[in-house]
Amino acid sequence: MTTHARVLDALSAVHDPELDEPITSLRFVSSCQVSDDGDVEVVLRLPTPQCAPNFAYLMAADARDAVRRLPAVREVTVRLEDHYTGDEINAAVARGDGFSGAFPGETEDDELDALRAVFQRKALLARQSRLCEALLAKDETREQVVARRVADLPDVVDARRCLELRGELGLPCADDAPAFVLPDGRGLAAADLDRWLRTARLVRTSLEANGSICRSLLQIRHRLAPDTEEVFT
Amino acid sequence: MYEKDGERYFVVDGHIHFWDASPANWVPGQEQYAKGWIECFHAYMGLGPEETHWPIEKFQKYSEEDFVRDVFENGYADVGVFQSTYLKSWYRDGFNTLERNAALAEKHPGRLITNGRWDPREGEAGLRQLEEDAKQHNLQGVKLYTAEWHNGSRGWTLKDPEAQVFLEKCQELGIKNIHVHKGPTIWPLDKDAFDVRDVDYAATSFPELNFIVEHVGLPRIEDFCFMATQEPNVYAGLAVVIGGLMHARPRFFAKVMGELLFWVGEDKLLFGSDYAIWEPKWQVEGFVDWNYPAGDEFSDYPEVTTATKKKIMGLNAAKLYGIEVPEELRLPAEAGTPAAREDAQLVGGEI
Repeated sequence: MTTHARVLDALSAVHDPELDEPITSLRFVSSCQVSDDGDVEVVLRLPTPQCAPNFAYLMAADARDAVRRLPAVREVTVRLEDHYTGDEINAAVARGDGFSGAFPGETEDDELDALRAVFQRKALLARQSRLCEALLAKDETREQVVARRVADLPDVVDARRCLELRGELGLPCADDAPAFVLPDGRGLAAADLDRWLRTARLVRTSLEANGSICRSLLQIRHRLAPDTEEVFT
Repeated sequence: MYEKDGERYFVVDGHIHFWDASPANWVPGQEQYAKGWIECFHAYMGLGPEETHWPIEKFQKYSEEDFVRDVFENGYADVGVFQSTYLKSWYRDGFNTLERNAALAEKHPGRLITNGRWDPREGEAGLRQLEEDAKQHNLQGVKLYTAEWHNGSRGWTLKDPEAQVFLEKCQELGIKNIHVHKGPTIWPLDKDAFDVRDVDYAATSFPELNFIVEHVGLPRIEDFCFMATQEPNVYAGLAVVIGGLMHARPRFFAKVMGELLFWVGEDKLLFGSDYAIWEPKWQVEGFVDWNYPAGDEFSDYPEVTTATKKKIMGLNAAKLYGIEVPEELRLPAEAGTPAAREDAQLVGGEI
């Protein structure tokens, strides 16, 4: 694998915190260059110049961290282009001094962390519901679905991402932990499954609809070829 | 009024603008923000059908003739509701002020409702201004931007004690309809500008007022729905939902509508075109023709009937604003299906 390919691979593990989709599949990475010496420059673009600075910062900072962890790279520059707070964010990311460093006196980093956790919980709910529905569609019973353990989850993107999110949220991830969990880490009960799915589907629809608007706006703004509508299937 | 297949729809366009974002109105030194804002809106126009797209110059400032043609003639609106947006730090005379809207409304008696604004951080002076505005423009509604920055304050909430004073004043002045913008904002940093929990609080404290959450809390539809399902006086403004999704992402549009019909119900959804972000014509025509696509994923959403559409297109808003609907355009009292009375205790608030 070339360094360039490894950088792109690392970037594909960076998620939009609000949509919980990789910034690469959202087409937010507009360029990625690696010099002969291993210096990396990544340029990010967002659907609108007014996209929320907090989430914009998180993506830029996460991208820089992800690339810096690679062994073969030297200097890493991540630049957010065409954004109304791009200068502040780029400077703070380069210095590695947090979101509050970008906007001194205007924000606190722990509030941003709390907001990120809210979206991690939503993303977990949305992804768990997709896995559950797929199992029910294969004629598993409600009892069988909720009896599943982490080790019984299929090896698919949603399942892998669920475990990452559970880890980040401090929820149990061991092989014998329940495959589907409530916000407090307890397993789902079969009797609650239908109602849980009803609410989870709403959360999922919200994330997906939001993501679809972001994709369309990015497409219009940068005159990109259309993507397919059903981004998750 | 819009007529299709022998059915006639009374149309209240609950969310329209008459803005001036032309370069002549940009505040010196703030040009990049003024320009960026309107260009951002213009990109949203791109989510509608191509033949309805305007060049940026027209989009920055359109004429009264454009407005009358697009909203009343081609857009079928019997009545339109103006939501004011000031943004005076970027636009010298404001983007879309009460005064500018009211001047146009005066020329079309009975056809345009102008909503005002308030901000609890303006204190006593703000209260006096609200009283004056209410008297001068016979206000029935206001549009509030809780995430707006003001003199070093990073937004406010409807839970703040200062806001209670203004809500009481609204009640006293007969301003029944409180439209709350929960959606994209200019300068929300760490705060979540979309948080709707404060609406929940205010709706409980002021049961006689109606709270209309604009853009259904997009992109936090779920938070909005969990809240709206528990509050009888909370409504959903569909501006951006229809304009932004119906054409560009029809399957997601169908899912969002299905969820809104399930959680919020057809009696509490209000059509709004968000003109001039999008022209109303294709939205009205498309929504009246709309139904769920075929497929299992849509099968357990509530049914969409002609009555559903009549309510959403205008009858619901007519009730909130006391608009007289001609007898032949009304529905029998029991028509339609109310929302499912489901709560969200498994995930609500603490997902």
